[in-house]
Amino acid sequence: MIMIGERINGMFKDIGKAVIEWDPKPIQEWAIKQKEAGAHYLDINTGPNAEDQVKCLKWMVECVQEVSDLPIALDCTNFDAIEAAIKILKRPGMINSCKCEQEEIDRLFPLAVEHNAAIIALCMTNKGVPKSADDRTAYAMELVANADAYGLPFEDLYLDPICLPVNVAQEHAVEVLETLRQIKTLSNPAPRTTIGLSNVSQKTPHRPLINRTFAVMAMAAGLDSAIMDVNDDLMVDAIATARLILNKDIYCDSYQKVFRQHS
Amino acid sequence: MALQIIKEKTSGKINTVTIGATKDSGGTRTSVVTIGGDTALPFMHFEGEFPYKPVIAMEVQSRNPEQWNETVKAPFADVLGNPAAWAKKCVEQYGAEIIYLKLSGADPDMENHSPEECVKIVKSVLAAVGVPLIVVGCGDDEKDNVVIPMVAEATAGENLLIGVGEQENYKSVVAAAMVHKHNVIALTPCDINICKQLNILITEMGLPLDKIVVDPGAGGLGYGIEYTYSILERGRLGALQGDKMLATPIIATVGYEAWRAKEANASETEFPAWGNQAERGILWEAMTATALLQGGVHLIVMRHPEAISLVKKNIADLMVPSAY
Repeated sequence: MIMIGERINGMFKDIGKAVIEWDPKPIQEWAIKQKEAGAHYLDINTGPNAEDQVKCLKWMVECVQEVSDLPIALDCTNFDAIEAAIKILKRPGMINSCKCEQEEIDRLFPLAVEHNAAIIALCMTNKGVPKSADDRTAYAMELVANADAYGLPFEDLYLDPICLPVNVAQEHAVEVLETLRQIKTLSNPAPRTTIGLSNVSQKTPHRPLINRTFAVMAMAAGLDSAIMDVNDDLMVDAIATARLILNKDIYCDSYQKVFRQHS
Repeated sequence: MALQIIKEKTSGKINTVTIGATKDSGGTRTSVVTIGGDTALPFMHFEGEFPYKPVIAMEVQSRNPEQWNETVKAPFADVLGNPAAWAKKCVEQYGAEIIYLKLSGADPDMENHSPEECVKIVKSVLAAVGVPLIVVGCGDDEKDNVVIPMVAEATAGENLLIGVGEQENYKSVVAAAMVHKHNVIALTPCDINICKQLNILITEMGLPLDKIVVDPGAGGLGYGIEYTYSILERGRLGALQGDKMLATPIIATVGYEAWRAKEANASETEFPAWGNQAERGILWEAMTATALLQGGVHLIVMRHPEAISLVKKNIADLMVPSAY
């Protein structure tokens, strides 16, 4: 399970404030904290407060790279910002994200190929998130075909079936699980899968429990990675345990610790 | 249309471990042995790198092993009971690249050699040969915990491979290796989970992973070799997928395992259909070794020179890169 640390995001109060004040400290602290918790990638998102997203995303990347050698997921809807930031990555990173809209694909897929980067592609269009697994899978197939056309290795294509909060859109989660299963049959090698894990529990009072439960269920259905709270220790323990049950890691008494050292 | 070869892509790599140290690196050896470094399943040359060939270590014991079969003792009849001469014969006559010295005479139920005597024996072997040395205790934990640290101290700088560390008794051998800069054999009884855990425990003490060689507890041909094979395979696949705690090179005590099988020792008069015992025993040892080679063993401890010469030929063949 590839864990993408979600915490360096301007939507969080401390990072939002850091972005306004150009203060690298909170950003760097979270980079270190997430790395220590076992993150494989660090997601970076300027949030809505940044005056100039191009300048800000680049600056945030620089801050993070000063204290961490983890690869970075550039999380931004401004593609100029992604394009500027991807050029200064020290290790091949990840583009987050691209909707199933030809215009976005034509801009971002070649960019990913050029920089050896992975890309998160969403099973949705500008019209919104489809309800059924079949419709989600249709978009997934569209994205796989485009990856093939652009020469993007399937292992670098992370398809996100989009999960919605369980308290307002309860019928979606089961469709997401089915979509994960179907995505794994679309190509050989199969595309990778990812999900914005914390989304499923938005505005409920039981967030960690719902996140954890969903994570292990989704892993059984074919989830390879997640944008998540890597500092939720019980969550990481649950993921490490699910990997044992799925026979992906070899058991040893210290398996929870070993899983965190893998990055 | 040209045939397209499908290749497994993996990210992991087996560690390399070097045994022995020449003058330049603080020892007195004239040669060293390096094992590991593989990046694919055993001998799949088209899928990865195999920078170092598997190496055969010849077994020498610190006491006269009178319980050994006559067939194994015969080539060494003139040197049994003299470990230095025995080791010298292995190197000079049979081309051994590394010697495995078992301090069997330290056993309290046998000669009960004192730790000082053991040190003397190890030093005499080091003086007699230029190749690197593997030194293991007699198997009595209490005694070995005294003997091995003293040997490690007296041979500091030689970068030996010392053993054995086991789940219930690894601290003194690991501490000795850390202080005096040697490598350690981590032995587990045919159990991949304990094997991984023991590597974790040893590295937590502070010994780097590239100073560990794993003995997965080999079963001889006909006596559970298939279990050992599946453990080797499982561990190698885990290592190639990036599990660093399984990426240690492997040692197997083939001579010991093969020569305790009934099939290697029973006389022809007892089982006429089994044929000549000497020939059978040698083949039993050679077959045990070649089967384990296929599983990915890097260091094979063997006894009979004829079996060794067969396996050397096999290794040379296996190390020829694939045609495609």
